[in-house]
Amino acid sequence: MTTITGIAAIGAGLAAIGAGVGIGKIGGSAMDAMARQPEMHGKIQSSALILAAFVEAVALFGVVVAFLQG
Amino acid sequence: MCTFAAKLIKVFLIKSSVLNSFRTVLFSTLFLAISFVGFAKENEPTQDDAPFDPKAMILHHVKDAHEFHLWDWKGTPVSLSLPIILWTDNGITTFSSSQFHHDDEGKTIVQANGGSFVKLHEKIYQLEAGATAVAYDAEHHPTNAHKPLNFSITRNVFMMWVSVALLLLIFLTTARSYKKSKDGVPTGIAGFMEPLIVFVRDEIGKPMIGEHKYKKYMPYLLTIFFFIWINNIFGLIPILNGANLSGNIAFTFTLAMFTFIITTFSGNKNYWKHIFWMPGVPVPMKIFLMPIEIIGMFVKPISLMIRLFANITAGHVIILALMSLIFVFKSVAIAPVSVAFSLFITVIEIIVTAIQAYIFTILSALYFGMATEEEH
Repeated sequence: MTTITGIAAIGAGLAAIGAGVGIGKIGGSAMDAMARQPEMHGKIQSSALILAAFVEAVALFGVVVAFLQG
Repeated sequence: MCTFAAKLIKVFLIKSSVLNSFRTVLFSTLFLAISFVGFAKENEPTQDDAPFDPKAMILHHVKDAHEFHLWDWKGTPVSLSLPIILWTDNGITTFSSSQFHHDDEGKTIVQANGGSFVKLHEKIYQLEAGATAVAYDAEHHPTNAHKPLNFSITRNVFMMWVSVALLLLIFLTTARSYKKSKDGVPTGIAGFMEPLIVFVRDEIGKPMIGEHKYKKYMPYLLTIFFFIWINNIFGLIPILNGANLSGNIAFTFTLAMFTFIITTFSGNKNYWKHIFWMPGVPVPMKIFLMPIEIIGMFVKPISLMIRLFANITAGHVIILALMSLIFVFKSVAIAPVSVAFSLFITVIEIIVTAIQAYIFTILSALYFGMATEEEH
């Protein structure tokens, strides 16, 4: 049981790393795009937020699995 | 994320008269955030030999409950009792949760309507006829009791009604102020609500669904936006003991279900064609894409459900876990770090309350937009 809990914790951590990379890329690209075209600021902002929500969901699935296992 | 917050703040600043009250709200929220310290303290173990169990404390705060535990006063819990409504073999059985005397271990037995009931880990069990105490198997599951259908007004249901009453009050006042004013200029609370409503219309409804069709969906979008937002905020108020409504999966399931039903019923020919017979790709690919698209239809509301539930629950868990650090290490030295971190996380959570309401609404609008899109 302890081993399974430990593995679940590692899995949740890996999911967080993946989502961190993903959200970092989204944020970086959004910043680049905004610097290039400041007049598109609002649109880029909202689509970046939506995309971040999609990526974040993956990490949250990991959290939920860890909760169920822990 | 920050610009969205900045936008909200800009909305608040539009009327300078609102500025002062906004400042008051901001600072009171910050002070309330600090009072999470008191929140964790009440769970300090009374006997020195009993080790502090952070997991039990956190679960107690995150889960639903049958009573509204406010605080402990000199060792006795001060709480609001809520009604328990059960459907048993003898029909509807009702009694007050105060009859359990704050017992959650299944020791206090309540006799009502010809049955004996115990509360065990916030679940109500009915003892089998003749049993006088709960018997457990090796995994601590009761062997001589079963769960009757439970329609109780729990902490979450109670908080939901409070938020519904508050929303009705706010929006009926807003609507009345428009009826009264001759030139349509908002007065009073309407001046505060109008920018938010216009934000939902212009930033969520119009771009996601389209200029021609957005009006039909606005009532739903506005409802979920404000309902989720206000319940997220209620979850952060410590005195309410973390009435964690939007961190309850049944609540988010219901909201996601509404979005799913509306999407499915407003889907036009073009939407169904994209699911069952994807245009513009070769036939083997069409067959291959069909099951994927059908699964996608169901995954969308499921991800809506899990995103809101997990975000809010994770926020509560992080704040409480940081507070638990003090009691785990049993040291005052760790307290400043712990308090500073939980204050930081709480401020982030205040932003997240609005962000999650925004995300849920904008994704719902996106799905409606996909369902009603015309062929291009």
